[in-house]
Amino acid sequence: MTSIGTGYDLSVSTYSPDGRVFQVEYAQKAVDNSGTAIGLRVKDGVVLAVEKIKHSRLLVPHSNRRIMTAGKHIGIASAGWMSDTRHLVKRVREESRSYTDVYKTKVPAHIIAERLAMYVQAYTLYSSVRPFGVSTLLACMDAKGPQLYMIEPSGYYVGYRGCAVGKGKQVAKTEIEKLDLDNMTVREAVKEAARIIYSAHDDTKDKLFELELSWVCKESNDLHVHVPQDVYDDAVQHAERSLDDDDDDNEMDDDEDL
Amino acid sequence: MPQLKPGEISMGTTIMAVQFDGGVVLGADSRTSSGTYVSNRVSDKLTKVHDRIYCCRSGSAADTQAVADVVRYHLALYTAQHGEEPTVKVAASLFQQICYDNKDNLMAGIIVAGWDKVDGASVYEIPLGGSIHKLPFTLAGSGSTFIYGYCDKLFRPAMTKDECIEFVKNSVSLAISRDGSSGGVIRVAAITEDGVERQIVHGNNLPQQFLG
Repeated sequence: MTSIGTGYDLSVSTYSPDGRVFQVEYAQKAVDNSGTAIGLRVKDGVVLAVEKIKHSRLLVPHSNRRIMTAGKHIGIASAGWMSDTRHLVKRVREESRSYTDVYKTKVPAHIIAERLAMYVQAYTLYSSVRPFGVSTLLACMDAKGPQLYMIEPSGYYVGYRGCAVGKGKQVAKTEIEKLDLDNMTVREAVKEAARIIYSAHDDTKDKLFELELSWVCKESNDLHVHVPQDVYDDAVQHAERSLDDDDDDNEMDDDEDL
Repeated sequence: MPQLKPGEISMGTTIMAVQFDGGVVLGADSRTSSGTYVSNRVSDKLTKVHDRIYCCRSGSAADTQAVADVVRYHLALYTAQHGEEPTVKVAASLFQQICYDNKDNLMAGIIVAGWDKVDGASVYEIPLGGSIHKLPFTLAGSGSTFIYGYCDKLFRPAMTKDECIEFVKNSVSLAISRDGSSGGVIRVAAITEDGVERQIVHGNNLPQQFLG
């Protein structure tokens, strides 16, 4: 999968002979090296979960959030450069505000997703700037119901019922595909999201991590917020228990071999 | 306070809009004057900005035409971008933003009325300063001052479409008979979920009233 575009990868305004823009692909690699983020759209809301890898035990818990809110009803989780993310979130907040100023109503999901995607795409046109090294998961509750979009560094965006980005995305995607998302509630989804993040987390690579969970649903009054402490604790317990169950299953197999 | 420039066309005007359950009825006279000269005695002050959203224009003819054109453009763009029809609230908000931001240079008193599937029937008034008011019925223009008492007394919230049309025709005709800047024919537009129905009442068919 790794390929080096010798000579054609120096600037984002250069195509390679086989029609690729390497700088955008390299931006995608920045995303793939970051902590996992997943989004689940279920019947009554959207849940976002992020594996926040901590590089030091001295970090204040819950500081440096990787899940952010824009326009009250929009949640943004991302994988990649955190500093780029903050810039994009600022942009989403401005776009959401300007939409409300003109149309006097909350910005719909497909409009804000498109605006963010067009902004990200603009940075893939000029050699004087670099593309954003972020894949953004945008969760939004609007008149049409809960929606989840993912915007890639190329500016490509698509709506999803469930998606994953970052280091553990392969493991996470496999788990997400097993879920019956259309018939799940947010309460169930929060537990599943926590379990998937825990299982996608590779203990050998990064020991310390903090799980961040957020939702936008009826229970949160259609506002995007981090989940209440009791829901969080419940989800973490469920995740840790299911990890232990997996370990127990492995032990049983060993006994049978004897 | 902006004034009409010398020679600028005014729409003296009587305009009104009334909401009923399932739609709105808009009414207007048809006189456009420049001083004492009537430059158009059959003008259409009921202007379409979207399929089921109309506006009534009063004040400077040029200003209101320009503003309505901009709003019409934005509403067409809205439909293309959103994949659904704009609400009357969105249309009124667009009018309001333009009228407020340019209040020093515009003389426009506008009524926005229509039907959409989110809020149903709505009537909004945007007077000179650029404020916005949502009301069950409203009047504007120089002729409206003569019929406030009549309208306040006769309006009922639960009228049928035909009762609203009668109400509008009677009111505008009374205003025309007392206001020198209003005259000509009475134009009526009834907007419902099914579409827009336009009517015209010529001078010889105006409702009966005491004419002195």
